[in-house]
Order: sequence, then structure tokens, then C-alpha cells
Amino acid sequence: MAAVAEARPQSRRFRDLLEDRRFLAPALIGPAALFIVLLVGAPLVLAIYLSMTDATAGQLTGKFVWFHNFVDAWHNDNFRRALRNTIVFTLASQAIVLVGAGILAHALVRPFRGRWFLRLLILLPWAAPVAVSTIGFLWIFDSQFSVVNWTLVHDLMPGGGHFYLYRPVNWVLGGIDHLPWVHVGKIQPLNPPQWLGQPTLAMLAIIFVQAWRILPFATVIFIAGLASIPTEVHDAAKVDGATGLRKFWHVTLPLQLPIATVALLFGIVFTATDMTVVYILTSGGPFNSTHMLTTWAYQTGIVSSNLGEGAAISLYLLPVLLVVTVLMLRFARRVEVS
Amino acid sequence: MWSTLRERGISYLIVGPFAIVLAFPFYWMLVTAFKTNGDLYDLNNVPFTYHPSQAAVGEKLPFRHDHWLPFGFENATTSHVSFIFHNTNYLRWVENTAVVGGLVVAITLLFAVPAGYSLARLSGRWGQSVGVGIFLTYLVPPTLLFLPLSRVISKLGLQDRIWSLVLVYPSFTIPFATWLLMGFFRTIPAELEDAALVDGCSRLKALARVIFPISIPGILTVVIFSFSLCVNEFVYAITFVSGTKQHTISAGVPTDLIRGDVYFWQSLMAATLIPSIPLALLYNSFLDRFIAGFTGGAFR
Repeated sequence: MAAVAEARPQSRRFRDLLEDRRFLAPALIGPAALFIVLLVGAPLVLAIYLSMTDATAGQLTGKFVWFHNFVDAWHNDNFRRALRNTIVFTLASQAIVLVGAGILAHALVRPFRGRWFLRLLILLPWAAPVAVSTIGFLWIFDSQFSVVNWTLVHDLMPGGGHFYLYRPVNWVLGGIDHLPWVHVGKIQPLNPPQWLGQPTLAMLAIIFVQAWRILPFATVIFIAGLASIPTEVHDAAKVDGATGLRKFWHVTLPLQLPIATVALLFGIVFTATDMTVVYILTSGGPFNSTHMLTTWAYQTGIVSSNLGEGAAISLYLLPVLLVVTVLMLRFARRVEVS
Repeated sequence: MWSTLRERGISYLIVGPFAIVLAFPFYWMLVTAFKTNGDLYDLNNVPFTYHPSQAAVGEKLPFRHDHWLPFGFENATTSHVSFIFHNTNYLRWVENTAVVGGLVVAITLLFAVPAGYSLARLSGRWGQSVGVGIFLTYLVPPTLLFLPLSRVISKLGLQDRIWSLVLVYPSFTIPFATWLLMGFFRTIPAELEDAALVDGCSRLKALARVIFPISIPGILTVVIFSFSLCVNEFVYAITFVSGTKQHTISAGVPTDLIRGDVYFWQSLMAATLIPSIPLALLYNSFLDRFIAGFTGGAFR
């Protein structure tokens, strides 16, 4: 009995503590923060330490060499190319995603018959585990049995109607060839393009697959952004006589900017830090021409078992992403306020 | 009447081409999955239909008398699809993926709901900074973390077990979930819980009884997003777990259905299709609420 009587005030004191913001706020964040500190923060610190040592595979210590690994990595041609590739890969794929998702979201935000089914088709790339769906592209771009090449070089008109898709494509490519800064060959029907075996085409294939994979999710975020524009805004625009492109330019686009920025931010971070598509499609080949910073770090750190330098290569990415993120978050907030 | 028809036509014209490009790989996987080897590797065949061929050893043709089937489907085989069920641990990988995904989602909610609430309601200015800080953990690439993490996992004796993934995956789902829920909780009027507090509820009770129920769209968004991140994860899945029975789909399919230079194309395609279609159906059915969760959350 005495124990119960004694326990009561104590439990009340605990309950009072739970009502106090100064205690409750950190107590509720604490577990999540601890989890992140232990599983992201600590490994990150260890990785930064590793990047300054000459550690090799199998051990997580080594001689301290300061910034030697960073300098070494920088002077490697493959690193420079990987850095350039990462920037091109990220910007190009996200440009496709931004335009595609913008158009798609506008068309999908209104209900129409068959929308559910079309939306299902569009969501498929997001639902498929990316590692296995990329294997699907390995088959689509196969050196011998590529369905893309088959469609390009075979007579598509039944009964020998002689319609070859590569002819109009070559006509377009010929037009592009007149531009001063791009030189693309033409498709030769007897020697069809090796999508994953030739550096430029392999880069294009990687960019396409990444855009294909991110587009559905970006579209969903864009739809969310469009749906959050209050109907009064549309009504007001109608009263003011804003329609079509003018309405898009002066009303819809500014209201979409914050959400588009966040979608783009996610896209950039996912694309720059994830190596799955590149690793499965080309593993950095042919001749190390399609390495990104992630795959080059993996190649150096794991395959060539030069842990320190591998960590250093990965770390080059961090400040760049940090600047991009801070700028974009600030931009999103400022647009929102104004 | 005509204007709605025209509007619908425009929608089809815009969405149609995108749907074709985005879904074509899956159509192509479907066609490939049922092909015999003889048919698949014959360059003279039109790849979109099925053709008679010398059946390879073990290839059954269950439709060979059904000549009414379109696209020459009577020449299709189901052997390569049934191969993944009978000769690989595929079902086990599906199960592992579901278990890892489910547990990670549960852990994520357990950590992120209180954290998000706290950042939105209880903490003042420093909550904003912590929120941005949590988001920044996203920027650390997994290729950088998996080396130190693999050490942690072997220290804990979790190597080659799916529990290693259950432990590690929340490190990228919690930050996003917290950030999203923080935004979502901010959109809920504070008067609602104030009323509950006045009525004598404790704050935690108010969170559970008042805030949680109206946060279902936001929580659903977190569930779907976290689950899809887990299903998609590849680097950790392939480096932390190497026993074939412990793999997830992402790791098991590439390691077991590609042997050196030999690709079991039909089986690979079936292995991709099987999880994708139900997941796409699931995401599509919840999409409207997912969108509601997003609009209420991340962008306010």
C-alpha cells in the first residue's frame, strides 16, 4: 500500500514532464535524431576519416595521408570524365523529367474516361524495382536482339510495303548534323546502333532510363502541386480574362514553382547519388566512358580495393549537392512567400 | 458536348504517347517472358509475335493445339516463367522484400510521427533548422556509407541476414518521412489539439486521438513512399546480404538469374513483371490520397 501511495506523485510528476514542451519536444525528436546520427552521421564521419587514409579493402584503418587521396583522384582522367558525366547525366535526365512531368501533370489533373488505366501505365516504372526493370532495358538495348533496332531497320508495312523507320529518323538526324556543335552519324540498317557499346549512345541510353524511372514520381508530385492551387485562383484568372498560355505563364507557373523546385531537388539528389541504373546498364563501360562519381567510387574503392580513394571520390559529390540543396530550398521558400 | 469530347481527345493525345513510352518496356517483358528459346533467338522472326520453333529441352508448349489464339500464342511456352517459381528462391525473395518493406515502414512511422509532430508544433525556430538538417542527410550517397555500415553490421552479427536491411533502410526513410510529416502537421489547425487539451487530454493523448486520425493521408504518403524506396534499394541489398535465401527481389534477380554471361531473359522479364503490376495497381488505387498527403505536407 505504501508503495502505491508513493508511486502516485512520482507518476504525476512524470506526466507533468510530458506536458512540458521543453522536455517533450526533444523527447519526441530524440529517437529519430539518434537513429540518423548513428546510421548516417557516424558512418559519414568514418568515411571522411577513411578518405584521408591509405586504407585498402578488408580494413577500416590506414596511414593518415591528409588530402592525398583527393588530389590523386582529381588527377585521374577517369575521375574528370566521371564528374562531367555526373553533371550531364543529372541535368539532362532532370530536364527531360521536368518538361515531361509538367506536360503530363496538366493533362492528368482533370478527370476523363480511361484516366485510371492510363495513370496505371504511367506509374509502372515507379512500381518496378529499379534494379530489375533496368535489366529489362538491358534486353531492349541488346547488342543482337534489340527490339529498338529491329523496329528501326525492318519493313514495318505488312506485305512488303517498304516503310522503314530509320529513313525518317535519318532525315531528322541529317538535320541535326547541320548544327555546328553536334555531330551524329546516321543509322546504317546493316550495322544498327550498339546502344550500350558506344560511348555517346550508352550515355543517351543511361539518361533515358533514368528519366523513364523518375518521370512517374515527378508527375505525381506535379499533380499534387496543381491540385493544391485553390479553385478561386482559376476563377479569378477567368474573370480577368487570362486563358491558355497567358494563364499558364502568369498564374499556373508561378504557383507551381515551389513544388517544381522540390520535385527537381529530389530528382537531382536521387540521380546524382544512386548508381543502380549505370551499374546495371554499362557498369561504367565501354572503356570507362560512362562512369559517374558513384560507380567510379565503387570501382576504385571496392573492385580495385582502394578504400581511401573510393571514399574521397564519393565525398566530392557532397559539397556540390549541399550548395544545390540550400539554394533550391531557399528559392522554393522565397517564391512561396512572394 | 463537342467541347468535352475535344478536351478528352486532347488528354488522350498528350497522355497516350507518354503512356506508350513509359509502359512499353513492360509490354515487351510480357511478350518476351513466354517465348521459347528457338523463337527468341531467331533474328528472322518478328519479335512482337510468337513463332513455331524447335522446342528446347524442358520447354513445354501448353497452348500448342489452341490455334485460335492471336499473335501465334500457341507457340508460347510457360516453362521459363514457372522456372523462377520451381528452380529459384523467387517466392522467398518476394517474401523477404515484403517483410523488409513492411518492417521498415513500421519503424519509420514509429520514429518519424513523433519527430515530425515535435518539429511542427513543439519546437520553435530551432525546429526549422533541425528539419532542414534532417533533410540534408539525404545528400550522403549510399556508395559512401555502405563501407562503414557493413562494418557496423558485421559487428552486430547481422551480415547476410535480412535484418541488416531492416536496420539500415530506416536511415533513408526516416529523414524523408519526418520532413514530410512536419509539413503535414503544420497544416492541421492548432485549435484542434488546444480544444482537446482544454478538455483534459494530455498532449500525447491528443496526438494519438486527434492528430493521428486526421493525418491519415500524410501517413499514407509516407507509407507508400517508404515502401517504394525499400523495394527499389539496390546497393545495400546486394552488398550486405549474399545468401540466396536472404535476398530481396532487387538483389536476388540479378545475382541468380544472370549466370556469368548467360542471361535467362524470359525468366528475368517475368521476375520484373510479377512484382511491378500489383505494386502499380496498389499505388494507383491510393494515388489520390497520396497526392492529398503531399499537398497537405511537404510544400507548406
